[in-house]
Amino acid sequence: MNWITNYVRPKINSMLGRREVPENLWIKCPETGEMVFHRDLEENKWVIPQSGFHMKMPAKARLKDLFDGGIYEALPQPKVAQDPLKFRDSKKYVDRLRDSRTKTELEDTIVAGLGRVQGVKLVAVVHEFNFIGGSLGMAAGEAIIKAFEKAIAEKCPLVIFPASGGARMQEGILSLMQLPRTTVAVNLLKEAGLPYIVVLTNPTTGGVTASYAMLGDIHMAEPGAEIGFAGKRVIEQTLREKLPEGFQTSEYLLEHGMVDMVVKRHDLPATLARVLKILMKKPAEASKLNGGTQPAALPVAASA
Amino acid sequence: MHNYLDFEKPISDLEGKILELKKLAGEDESVNTSDEIERLETRVRDAMVEIYSKLTPWQKTQVARHPQRPHFLDYAAELFTEFTPLAGDRNFANDDAIQAGLARFRGMPVAVLGQEKGNDTKSRIKHNFGSPRPEGYRKAIRVMEMADRFSLPLITLVDTAGAYPGVGAEERGQAEAIARSTEMCLNVRVPIVTVVIGEGGSGGAIAIATGNRVYMLEHAIYSVISPEGAASILWRDSTRAKEAASNMKITSEDLKALGVIDGIIPEPVGGAHRDPNAVISRTGTVIADALKELSGRNGDQLRTDRRQKYLNIGRNL
Repeated sequence: MNWITNYVRPKINSMLGRREVPENLWIKCPETGEMVFHRDLEENKWVIPQSGFHMKMPAKARLKDLFDGGIYEALPQPKVAQDPLKFRDSKKYVDRLRDSRTKTELEDTIVAGLGRVQGVKLVAVVHEFNFIGGSLGMAAGEAIIKAFEKAIAEKCPLVIFPASGGARMQEGILSLMQLPRTTVAVNLLKEAGLPYIVVLTNPTTGGVTASYAMLGDIHMAEPGAEIGFAGKRVIEQTLREKLPEGFQTSEYLLEHGMVDMVVKRHDLPATLARVLKILMKKPAEASKLNGGTQPAALPVAASA
Repeated sequence: MHNYLDFEKPISDLEGKILELKKLAGEDESVNTSDEIERLETRVRDAMVEIYSKLTPWQKTQVARHPQRPHFLDYAAELFTEFTPLAGDRNFANDDAIQAGLARFRGMPVAVLGQEKGNDTKSRIKHNFGSPRPEGYRKAIRVMEMADRFSLPLITLVDTAGAYPGVGAEERGQAEAIARSTEMCLNVRVPIVTVVIGEGGSGGAIAIATGNRVYMLEHAIYSVISPEGAASILWRDSTRAKEAASNMKITSEDLKALGVIDGIIPEPVGGAHRDPNAVISRTGTVIADALKELSGRNGDQLRTDRRQKYLNIGRNL
């Protein structure tokens, strides 16, 4: 401790409007119990360095990490009716919304942006799980529809990263209606001949899985993500027996044919770009064409 | 034997007395009970009107799940001729929770779809209590695709507590099957008329419920999750289902007010199970009128209208 840390740094931070992050933040790996310093974790894309465990990643950090140079155009948050059911459970829904907005500094769970991933222009849509469990309500549905419309207008693919417990129960039937609404949006993109890729992240369950999260041209999943329709507790209660090992994980879904591949977070941008360039009939990277590490110097239709 | 719901106690007491009197009259012809029976029957009717005119959402839930409520096959028998059920998803199995087939509706060739709950232990097990597995939705997809190809109007009757939560169902892609079924239901270029005849339970219902016109029976419910499920998740206490039923807005009136459905089909006093023929016949009339109204539109227009209808839901609240 000296005058630099005690006086100069806070002064600079307050001048720059930076928020002081607690220095002593250590995060425990849920799998191995290993402790990781938060900065190391953030620098490693929220993947525990030793165990490779994929932690949940904040939505905005996801966009920044995904797009080349961290640069993207943030899509606006459409306005929707607030709390049309005047819902209250243990807490008023309006209060729950307000608290989540304060906590996450977001309007609702969906954050979307237009940018380039290894040169490929795309719209990316991300669920912020910390916003009422990433649940799908009217605001999220509308934001997703607008993001699809943006991708169609820009003639570019859309990549979505669901992280959600499912439909937002506090909006009742109106949350269920987001299943068909988002499905319409998916189909408008498909009819425009543009690729739609789903990257399933931990967790993706309920109504989100039963709509846009299972309608991709290609399904990728991050390692170890929980993906399913019905909750484990509900299934256990129905069957009155233990569930199989690894049930409803990415790897389990891969084995059962529901996802195309399990992709580590560090490999996502390259995998997305490779697949999208093939689907969009764009030339591969010049370096790879000219005998890079991969000998796959295949003839490529250069009809961009 | 009639199954009474807990709030029907005044009705069951009166009807019990009527039964007793009738029995008495049968045993001893010298006793004249007809005046008393007539008086009691009037009181039963009054009590029923009184009780059923102000059912709470939880009471409606009970009526919608009444074991004697008419189900898909009761409607199919009355509304269609030449009903020809089709089976199987051509991949894994046949799922009897979803009924699908070809039929004639007032002479017009149609395709029909719906969940069947069954009406006794044996048939309930056969139909898995109306909770479909992925195969059911894949059969639905098959039949919807066929309806599209042969330009057959599609009638869907929704009645499920929800899709089946099981290990096998998950392994075979319950979520994917529901998503694809919803997608197909939104994409077909034929008129779709949907009626929620009992329970419209979440994703398991929406998969076959995105009609150009959607109606609900008066005491049917339609919800993102069962009141019990909501109570257990939101209050962590499944006994608060009554409260959840009220707060979640699951009745036909609520859904009409929210712009989710197009109309309500009135039920006989005392619920659909008190006079199945009356409610089935009314449902037939509503379906016929809706199909007539939609008949002038071509396939692309029907699809565009349906998509726009869903995109618009909630935008004007």
